[in-house]
Amino acid sequence: MQRVRFWGTRGSLPVALTAPAVRQKLIAALRGASGRVFESDRDVERYIDGLAFDVAGTFGGHTACVELVTGGTEYVACDLGSGLRPFGQAAIARHGPAAPQTYHLFVSHVHWDHIMGLPFFGPAYIPGNRVIFYGGHADLEAALRRQMDPPSFPVDFSVFRAAIQFVHLAPDRPHDVAGMRVTLKRQHHTGDSYGYRFEKDGRVVVYSTDSEHKLTDPRERLDFAEFFRDADLVVFDAMYSLAESISVKADWGHSSNIVGVELCQLARAKHLCLFHHEPAMDDAALAKMLAETQRYEEITRTDSYLRVSAAYDGLDLAL
Amino acid sequence: MQFQSRHFGNIAVATPAGRLDHAAAVPFEQALSPLWQDQQAAGLVVDFSNVEYISSVGLRVLMIAAKQMRARKARVAAVAMQPIVAEIFAISRFDSVYEVFPSLRDALAAMSPTALTAYDGS
Repeated sequence: MQRVRFWGTRGSLPVALTAPAVRQKLIAALRGASGRVFESDRDVERYIDGLAFDVAGTFGGHTACVELVTGGTEYVACDLGSGLRPFGQAAIARHGPAAPQTYHLFVSHVHWDHIMGLPFFGPAYIPGNRVIFYGGHADLEAALRRQMDPPSFPVDFSVFRAAIQFVHLAPDRPHDVAGMRVTLKRQHHTGDSYGYRFEKDGRVVVYSTDSEHKLTDPRERLDFAEFFRDADLVVFDAMYSLAESISVKADWGHSSNIVGVELCQLARAKHLCLFHHEPAMDDAALAKMLAETQRYEEITRTDSYLRVSAAYDGLDLAL
Repeated sequence: MQFQSRHFGNIAVATPAGRLDHAAAVPFEQALSPLWQDQQAAGLVVDFSNVEYISSVGLRVLMIAAKQMRARKARVAAVAMQPIVAEIFAISRFDSVYEVFPSLRDALAAMSPTALTAYDGS
């Protein structure tokens, strides 16, 4: 396992950066540049690189799709959110449409935001490619076919020209897929969701989204800590604040930054990546949440440091 | 965890001490529940002056208390928080669930003249 690339990081539905939001970023950047002299493009780039991420960049708006670069020749990704489209386009651009590729796609669950990218996944339309869907839900294939049935989409699932395969994976025991050891864990979410633990070459990545932690069952807390144990990276559903997640948004199937830090510390994980961002949160709000989460990690740190970051579309993490 | 409770007028005051973490969550809930079940209380104040740390499960107990009190239009307040606990309140957004005051007296003054009189006379 070498890298993790984030193609979609938003929860529930895609969002787009608006013109007023871009204007605010420009105002902030230009105000900061007042009085400066830029001798070259490199000077401009250096200035931009020094700006806060929520001013110079954006957390992005595609729904869940996370690529694992395993070191093998085949592609691996988690979830089929709208980020699946740019993931597929990038793969086609890398190899050209004529070179057959294999795609292993792991699905957390079949709610719309996690499957909406599939009809726009270019590699599925190309003969010679192999696309293999993995999941813990018995109705995975039916759900993927149904979203393309008329009148919801112009063409149905049968137009895919790649070789399509569905593989059901039972939770709580390891499976060998694409040179990885893959273990699923059932999570609290309406209709269930599944977290994935991927292990290869001594590296561990956990993908745990759309997962509510009830805080009432000590056994469950220990089970998740074991699932996250010593992970190099935990991609974690931190959609809501703790207060929201246990009050007005209880039973909505999501978790918080606070619980993410606590579980990762208990598991002695190395890196927590906040994921499945609330669509109502703009870049400034997400940057604030990240800073607060890093501070919470600092407050609660015992003997080992937990790196905390926030996923954004385009983030490319080395393991 | 240690725990004391008092009443000033119609306001119940809880004073936990120590770390409100996973080890303390159950005893904290057991100790606090009689206060939120007290139908005569027009408000609940949690005095954090002796609390060093509160984790998610400790905050969950506070959320139960807040829901129960608010269901009968009673108020909830957190007072005298040490800086670390105040930060955790802000990060978890519990500062939008509980009214936050610098001191117990400030909270009682805002919540109930009767309670303030009782406090000043105590």
